[in-house]
Amino acid sequence: MQLEAESIFIIREVVSEFKNPVMLYSVGKDSSVMLHLARKAFSPGRFPFPLMHIDTGYKFPEMYEFRDNFVKQIDATLIVERNEGWIKKQAHPTVLGNDKCCFYLKTTALLDALKKHGFDAAFGGARREEEKSRAKERVFSVRDSHGKWNPKNQRPELWQLYNTRINQDESVRVFPLSNWTEVDIWEYIKLEDIPVVPLYFAQKRQVIIRENVLIPYYSLQVVDPQNKLGIDKHQVKEMMCRFRTLGCIPCTGAVPSKAKTIDDILIEVRQAKKSERENRLIDLTSDSAMEQKKKEGYF
Amino acid sequence: MEKGLLRFVTSGSVDDGKSTLIGRLLYETGCIFEDQYQAIKKTSQRSGKKEVDLSLLLDGLSAEREQKITIDVAYRYFSTPRRKFIIADSPGHEQYTRNMVTGASNAGLAIILIDARKGILTQSRRHGFIVSLLQIPHLIVAVNKMDLVHYSKEAFEKITDEYLDFSEKLDIHDISFIPVSALKGDNVVHHGKNMKWHTGKTLLQMLEDVYVTADKNLIDFRFPVQYVSRPHQDFRGYAGTIGSGTIRPGEEVVALPSGKTSAIKSILYDSKQLDEAYTDQAVVLTLKHNIDVSRGDMIVRKNNLPHISDSFDAMICWMAETPFSHSPHYLLKHTTRTVKASVSKIHYKINMDTLHRQKTTDFTLNEIGRVEIKTAEPLFFDPYKTNRSTGAFILIDPLTNLTVAAGMIREVPHQVTEWKQQAQDTPAEKVKHLRWEDGNIPLHIWEERNGHKAGVIWLTGLSGSGKSTIARQLVKKLFSYGCQVMFLDGDNVRHGLNSDLGFSPSDRAENIRRIGETAGLFYSQGNLVVCAFISPFEKDRAFVRSLVPKGRFVEVHVDCSLEVCRQRDPKGLYQKADAGEIPEFTGVSSPYEQPTHAELVLNTDINDVAKHIEKLITYLTKHKFFRI
Repeated sequence: MQLEAESIFIIREVVSEFKNPVMLYSVGKDSSVMLHLARKAFSPGRFPFPLMHIDTGYKFPEMYEFRDNFVKQIDATLIVERNEGWIKKQAHPTVLGNDKCCFYLKTTALLDALKKHGFDAAFGGARREEEKSRAKERVFSVRDSHGKWNPKNQRPELWQLYNTRINQDESVRVFPLSNWTEVDIWEYIKLEDIPVVPLYFAQKRQVIIRENVLIPYYSLQVVDPQNKLGIDKHQVKEMMCRFRTLGCIPCTGAVPSKAKTIDDILIEVRQAKKSERENRLIDLTSDSAMEQKKKEGYF
Repeated sequence: MEKGLLRFVTSGSVDDGKSTLIGRLLYETGCIFEDQYQAIKKTSQRSGKKEVDLSLLLDGLSAEREQKITIDVAYRYFSTPRRKFIIADSPGHEQYTRNMVTGASNAGLAIILIDARKGILTQSRRHGFIVSLLQIPHLIVAVNKMDLVHYSKEAFEKITDEYLDFSEKLDIHDISFIPVSALKGDNVVHHGKNMKWHTGKTLLQMLEDVYVTADKNLIDFRFPVQYVSRPHQDFRGYAGTIGSGTIRPGEEVVALPSGKTSAIKSILYDSKQLDEAYTDQAVVLTLKHNIDVSRGDMIVRKNNLPHISDSFDAMICWMAETPFSHSPHYLLKHTTRTVKASVSKIHYKINMDTLHRQKTTDFTLNEIGRVEIKTAEPLFFDPYKTNRSTGAFILIDPLTNLTVAAGMIREVPHQVTEWKQQAQDTPAEKVKHLRWEDGNIPLHIWEERNGHKAGVIWLTGLSGSGKSTIARQLVKKLFSYGCQVMFLDGDNVRHGLNSDLGFSPSDRAENIRRIGETAGLFYSQGNLVVCAFISPFEKDRAFVRSLVPKGRFVEVHVDCSLEVCRQRDPKGLYQKADAGEIPEFTGVSSPYEQPTHAELVLNTDINDVAKHIEKLITYLTKHKFFRI
């Protein structure tokens, strides 16, 4: 498979040319595929870098459970980093707004962690298809000493000749899945039998319908701790739904779906009428929300 | 189960409607989501447009939205039930040659847009030049905005003729033209009602049908070592992606630069052992002997070596804001090897407006030219034209770490370095030291040097069936693979060697006998001989077959019905034969005996040359003509 071979090439290239790489592991489906590719790239040996999870504290319980079991099972080294200061201050989108919350709990946490461990290259599972500003991101994205991205000053990437040279204090984000689509990801998960968090599969869940997004009842307390959104707790409905992408509980809703298996998901995704990140509130705040975040140092 | 993947690059000038065309492709193949569509619909209405502006789908970054132009290469993804596509959307703005070069470097096909009202602009020529320079195998010229020239066939044909004239000077292998209206949708995904005169495929059909596997170099095995895998004492493997060619366990290989030889012990892909691996596969190789190989080294087949040299001629495209300067050393990245390098000579640069060569002492952003490069250590390379993976390189400025140039190797400069003589067992040396018992070089030595087997590919069929067209394309394809190839057809034989022969059955037999003997001679000296002759009689074909060993004669029946051949009648021969001007004309006054033992039958009632070439190459590959 061509995409697989290209991704493996990229992963091997990073390990060969950087001193201290790390793989950012978010527990989602893309991370699962990326990790699987890393294991394949270095088989029969072990992949020679740790995984790092930037934990906002707002992930779904199923994600933590999956993460801990899976990492143990494959005997990988996992670093978990959290912005404890802001987590203690109870940073929350309903208090700070989506953008600020994301900035403190994810971007700042990530930049601090990269600095703390001295990582010079960080693999991320982002795909160009996901979001329009990602469409122009390079596979090897150079970030300055503050972790910032400058879309106007990107290196041309030709053939498979990746320029991996960086100045001191600079680092790179590397996206081995750049050319994969959501369909490719699910086809590969099926082909290679890759385990993913069960939240991706439809089942009956207690939810509250709010505009386009379904909020799971059991996480309502996390979504809106101070009841600022005026959600009527009695409007609970039981319905078949699943999570198309996974992120923080306050910013990720479920979507109505009957897809219980990977085959069902593939049929659903191939016919999808809405884009993959429809249920992600962080992209929707302004027309160029993601680009702004990336300039600040986001994934 | 996997669908094919086609990467293509799109380029046009400002306002050629490129974004609209891509938007149309995405929209009509159902690859635009409702929420995205609603968003651009809203934006279109806000700016007072009647139609939904599909080009808005493509504008990614805010700087672009402000300037209303695309400023960088953006990648788009869509798929149909038949194929997946990755579009490298490269802007047409004059100063952005480098972006098209970037997008083109991995493309299997290019679409160049031309505004039907404006005709061919300087930029359209420039884009064609880049297609040729980067050796993109297929080019589609889409003449857009046909709605604004009243869907005029004449307007389309004028542009087609003019561009064909121009492109003949370039090195473009396959070019086709299509009239479209991206705004209204004609001929993009559906034919539409406005251009009934266009009976060919739609743009999407062309993209779905183009054959891409034949574009890969499957002959010269090149394996740049990317990573040495040593998980424990007892295992040493070499991880990498096969740049070109195929390999099997047991084959003898040589590691460069050491020149040490060994053989492939196993080919690993994850936990599986493969019987064979080929171009673009990411694998781990283990060798039978414990020889020292590191990242940046190259494993190749013992009798098919790349060039080994510390200097070479190349075309470069300058990609940095800071101009080229003579003094500093650059870093050159080629395959998995990075070495110090300098530009030792500038031959010329290309004036991108006239495409003429001109003298120069420097290069600035977006300039293209020919230089000689010297490297501190030797590289193992092939000309870019025959091998993208071992013919391409980038230059990096060691001070800023920016990528400053993209390069395509043309050839070794004239002198051969001393270093090469140290490499063990090069085929050339082997030839030098061998003593031939009967004075002739044996066939297998020819074949080892050529890197492929010899054979006779015999195309038979009615006049007008398309034999010569297919044969010529096949010859070009084999030539581009670096094969030793010979072409014989009626035109080049009847006028000289056989000019004393007519068309009676006995003369026809003599004609074929001489051609067969000639083909046999070329065969015995290592050539792939492509012959295109009507050769209507079974016994004549059987005679030629008897001249070469079994398996080395490939009879190809170019099968086209007499009616279609008559309709085509490219030389007016059928007409003359009907009028009695040509006696004993096959199909009219002399029979054609259908082949009963043909190795391959190509039905050419619909003449899709690319498809026939694909079939031929597949046949030759399957029957191991490209392997020694």
